[in-house]
Amino acid sequence: MLLSCTDVRKTFGDHVVLDNLGLEVAEHEVVALIGASGSGKSTLLRCVNLLTGIDDGTIHLDGEEITDPKVNPDLVRQKIGLVFQSYNLFPHMTVLDNITLAPTRVHGKSATEARELAMQWLDRVGLADKAKAFPDGLSGGQQQRVAIVRALVNSPRLLLLDEVTSALDPELVGEVLSMIRDLKAEGMTMVLATHEMGFAKQVADRVVFLDAGRVLEQGPPAQVLGDPVEPRTRQFLARIIEAGRL
Amino acid sequence: MTYAPSARQQERFAYRRRQAIRSVLLAALSTAVVGVLFAVGITGSPGWPRVKQSFLNVDVATKYLPDILDGFWLNIQLFLVCAPLALLLGLLMAVLRTLRGPVFFPVRAIATGYTYMFRGLPLIITIYLFAFGLPGLRLQGTPDVLVLGGAAITITYGSYLAEVFRAGIESVHPSQIAAARSLGLSYRQAMRHVVLPQAVRRVAPPLLNDVVSMQKDVGLISLAGPIDAIRSAQIGQAGSANFTPYVVAAVLFILLALPLIVITDRVTLRAARTQNAGI
Ligand SMILES: Nc1ncnc2c1ncn2[C@@H]1O[C@H](COP(=O)(O)OP(=O)(O)OP(=O)(O)O)[C@@H](O)[C@H]1O
Ligand SMILES: [Mg+2]
Repeated sequence: MLLSCTDVRKTFGDHVVLDNLGLEVAEHEVVALIGASGSGKSTLLRCVNLLTGIDDGTIHLDGEEITDPKVNPDLVRQKIGLVFQSYNLFPHMTVLDNITLAPTRVHGKSATEARELAMQWLDRVGLADKAKAFPDGLSGGQQQRVAIVRALVNSPRLLLLDEVTSALDPELVGEVLSMIRDLKAEGMTMVLATHEMGFAKQVADRVVFLDAGRVLEQGPPAQVLGDPVEPRTRQFLARIIEAGRL
Repeated sequence: MTYAPSARQQERFAYRRRQAIRSVLLAALSTAVVGVLFAVGITGSPGWPRVKQSFLNVDVATKYLPDILDGFWLNIQLFLVCAPLALLLGLLMAVLRTLRGPVFFPVRAIATGYTYMFRGLPLIITIYLFAFGLPGLRLQGTPDVLVLGGAAITITYGSYLAEVFRAGIESVHPSQIAAARSLGLSYRQAMRHVVLPQAVRRVAPPLLNDVVSMQKDVGLISLAGPIDAIRSAQIGQAGSANFTPYVVAAVLFILLALPLIVITDRVTLRAARTQNAGI
């Protein structure tokens, strides 16, 4: 297993957000996290990336326990890419500088090397002409693709995507989704939190339904989304269908 | 097809041009009227000849100008040394105050205590304490009053600047740090490459304002004894029984401040524009 979360517990005060949560992700697997707002999807991704500490349990990446307090979190994060719902590009830097920051400062690449790599990626996602632009001069879909490229240039072992399309209008969603589909074809291991059931169906190998901080149900997309076992899952999907999002 | 403005658009151009010319003429006229009123009002006042004699005396001004200029050079040097040091000190203290965790408690406490104390302490008292109190300890190698007074100014302004920097640092959204850390950057790297550049840009106008104000407060060094522009002016005033030397020093301080004030204005305007541009 590339990623194993075992009995992970996370609380904010009295509020138990992740409750004995278990999740395994194999190499090259794409896992979609679904669940109601507040069910803990973002929190789980932030815990895996060690942006927040957990209150119990263990998380292993590549066989190493990353929740061991002796582990340097900076080294762990270098192996994990995280893309945020709100892009979080650095507004004072050009697109190119956003992308080359980590390769040059963290991964010891030379400026030329980093620039070439960045330009290859930008070219690939059709944004080479935006290299010198600042983030606020880009559309939402363009910004989100830059954010994904910024995570990818570091060749992460695992890519975490947190509702990367929810701030985009339908036309822009397509750009980002086709990019993720390409990554899947190349064998990138991904965990993505999403409200787009159609997308989960198309791209995920496995859908995991989170409810009140636990994995309530998981399996192939067709089964979880088409014929769920748990009443809570049915309820959730019924509401999604009502909202016209399936 | 090349673009040619339509007849309607050309009409608009012409109208705007006429409006622009009209407003320039109006502005020139109103400025002239106000200026003349001021001049007549002041020079026509009953006390004007006496004020002119004791504050704007050309002979006194020419006599003491060289001494005051000499003193002013000291102010400039002091400013050029103190301003960068105060900025550095302020930045350092602001960053220290953001450190989290029990290990850093003493550092945080010192930085916080420093900003609280020196923002409350009147600069004049600080200068007295530094320039006359410290030598009283009779420690080996106590520097001279110029250095001590300069240190008092630097440390006082450092505490104001620290608060401005801290406001800037705190205005950068935590998600920016999260994004930087998620890329594998250390806290220090995230601070240096992501948080501080945005923070400094945001607070550049208030920072520059404090620097302008520091530029004139270096004149308070005269309280500690060194002969700067204000001290020379004081000597001149005592020697001539005329206040013109102070006016000469005042003009010099204004001339020195002007470029900085203009820069501050520009930066403030630009900051306001870029902040509104995104919406
Ligand atoms: N820093 C925090 N402090 C306190 N409570 C928090 C914090 N972060 C998250 N929570 C709480 O944890 C719960 C789970 O939040 P989380 O963001 O993980 O949900 P989510 O499944 O990602 O929801 P959404 O679909 O709306 O993004 C929520 O009830 C939220 O209020
Ligand atoms: Mg979320």
